[in-house]
Amino acid sequence: MTTKKKSAVDWDVLIGMYKQMCSFRRFEERVGLAYTKQKFSGFCHLHIGQEGLAVGVQTALRDTDYMISGYRSHTQAIGKGIEAGQVMAELFGKVDGACRGKGGSMHMFSKQHRFLGGHGIVGGQAPLAVGVGFAIRYRNEDNIIVCYMGDAATNQGQVFEVMNMAATWDLPVLFIIENNKYGMGTDITRTTSVDALWKRALAFDMGHSDVDGMDSMAVLDHVTSLVETMRKDKKPHLLEALTYRYRGHSVSDPGTYRTKEEVEDYQKNRDAILHLGQHLVDNKMATADDLKAWDNEAKEKAKEAEAFADASPQPAVEELWDHVLAP
Amino acid sequence: MAVITFREALGQAIAEEMTRDPNVFLMGEEVGLYNGAYKVSKGLLDQFGPKRVWDAPISEAGFAGLGVGAAMVGLRPIIEFMTWNFGIQGFDQIVNHAAKMLYMSGGQFNIPMVFRGPNGAAHMLGAQHSQAYEAMITNIPGLKVVTCSTPYDGKGLLKSAIRDNNPVLFLESEMMYGMKGEVPEEEYLIPLGKGDIKREGTDVTFIAWSKALHKATEAAEALAKQGISVEVLDPRTLQPLDEELIFSSARKTHRVVIIEESWSFGSVGAQISDRIHKECFDELDAPVVRVTNEFVPMPYNEAQEDRVLPQVDRIIKAAKEVLYIKD
Repeated sequence: MTTKKKSAVDWDVLIGMYKQMCSFRRFEERVGLAYTKQKFSGFCHLHIGQEGLAVGVQTALRDTDYMISGYRSHTQAIGKGIEAGQVMAELFGKVDGACRGKGGSMHMFSKQHRFLGGHGIVGGQAPLAVGVGFAIRYRNEDNIIVCYMGDAATNQGQVFEVMNMAATWDLPVLFIIENNKYGMGTDITRTTSVDALWKRALAFDMGHSDVDGMDSMAVLDHVTSLVETMRKDKKPHLLEALTYRYRGHSVSDPGTYRTKEEVEDYQKNRDAILHLGQHLVDNKMATADDLKAWDNEAKEKAKEAEAFADASPQPAVEELWDHVLAP
Repeated sequence: MAVITFREALGQAIAEEMTRDPNVFLMGEEVGLYNGAYKVSKGLLDQFGPKRVWDAPISEAGFAGLGVGAAMVGLRPIIEFMTWNFGIQGFDQIVNHAAKMLYMSGGQFNIPMVFRGPNGAAHMLGAQHSQAYEAMITNIPGLKVVTCSTPYDGKGLLKSAIRDNNPVLFLESEMMYGMKGEVPEEEYLIPLGKGDIKREGTDVTFIAWSKALHKATEAAEALAKQGISVEVLDPRTLQPLDEELIFSSARKTHRVVIIEESWSFGSVGAQISDRIHKECFDELDAPVVRVTNEFVPMPYNEAQEDRVLPQVDRIIKAAKEVLYIKD
């Protein structure tokens, strides 16, 4: 793990990250609540607990970089630039949603912000990411693409296929495994031959590392340094980020595959927001009241996002015929 | 007019479009140094260099998906499958990703690309190398499906497919790559979605595409000697289908036989038959009859394979059935 602390000593950056983590958590809490109020239906996978990774990575990127993800990506999409209201409206299937209500929870997209989805086939986004990496190389850009995937995606065949291609052809893809320990309800150790998922990279002679995904500052520093190298050498990298989701795999998850104590341990002792908040207070960069105020702002923003989604009209039913084929 | 082979016509189409648009690139197994398993891409590596002609690993899911990702950010990939039997390894990327991207992103990400390769039975290649996929792939909204039966059509259609802003699945045939035909020196395009009357006739319409078109034509010639005038219609594009041309021919001859080298259950021929019965019911003098593969995996044995595929005698028998002619 890198010990370089270049970015994480910038207090404005850290305060911004703190605020964003709060806004992500409060947004997802509101999403969960809206779901239980039956404001929308379908699948709903919340990212609560994994904010430290999302914010640390996002902060290390620049706007022209690309990002692609799996089905747990509401807040990653917001981080990449989509308005929270548009994400909420998409969940509600409304016309002001990021995809005019055609995508839903698993399919957030923004061409403008280079967020390439929101994909519902585990591991299926990895070939797409490698295709974007190919295009970056084809055009001699110095952007990179972040490809998020869950721990269980590392057992998909097509992920292996494209890691091989990215490593063989030097395509600037940063594969980030969000290892939250469980592929839905299956402990990853029950289905996986390696004891650390970064070892998947060894098969392809590809750069690899791991980071504590619950420590946003460590993520920021580590990813900043990785991305800096990748812009120059164009080589892919596999980063395993150890993280934890507090809620179920989806909203209908009974959670019988793990103990309450385990969840509580992460919430009390490892939480990314508490961790950065404590760091700010310890260094006298914020008071407990500041943290409280920022969190209240986050709650307010989430409320506004929901109000925006509530107010947005339904798309016309006839829009179902649009966008099957491009002109 | 120059007389060239099918493989040369397809190769010309690719070369012309790569010259015209720097975003077009070719990737597939053995397309570069080896000059293509069936020599369609002969000379392209020399002409365009390794940046635009890529030899892929044996990873169809991976490089199909790489193409989709590259297309998301504006490149125009041509992905060659050595055979569509290998291409189904990439079906997840074609069906779940390429076909859905424009729709689920609410119109933001179109996929301008071509997947191409030989489809259907060749000769004594056995069960895993002899399948026709048009029924499966025309069943998916968001994809275009194109077939070709002559070098002229192949070149004009492939050029249009490469320029199309959607994922186009282009079906060729191992048995036809060596077939010769007239192809003009000057540039031309054949629009997708338009069929062609290959032979004018008045008594019965044969509808067939790809390799089966030639069996149908052979049967038409034999029937002409018996005083029966057959119209031979090649729909060329199967998705979207040129229904107007099909209906107008059915209304003209009042009798239709559909010949296809694929299985009968839920096939493209079944779809065409359904549409003719619905739209031309009052103008038909006989129910539409279909001549298809027998519903078995392809046997290796030559005589058995011949028996499975539609042959001229079966087509003539079907024609006489709709004409109520008893031998």
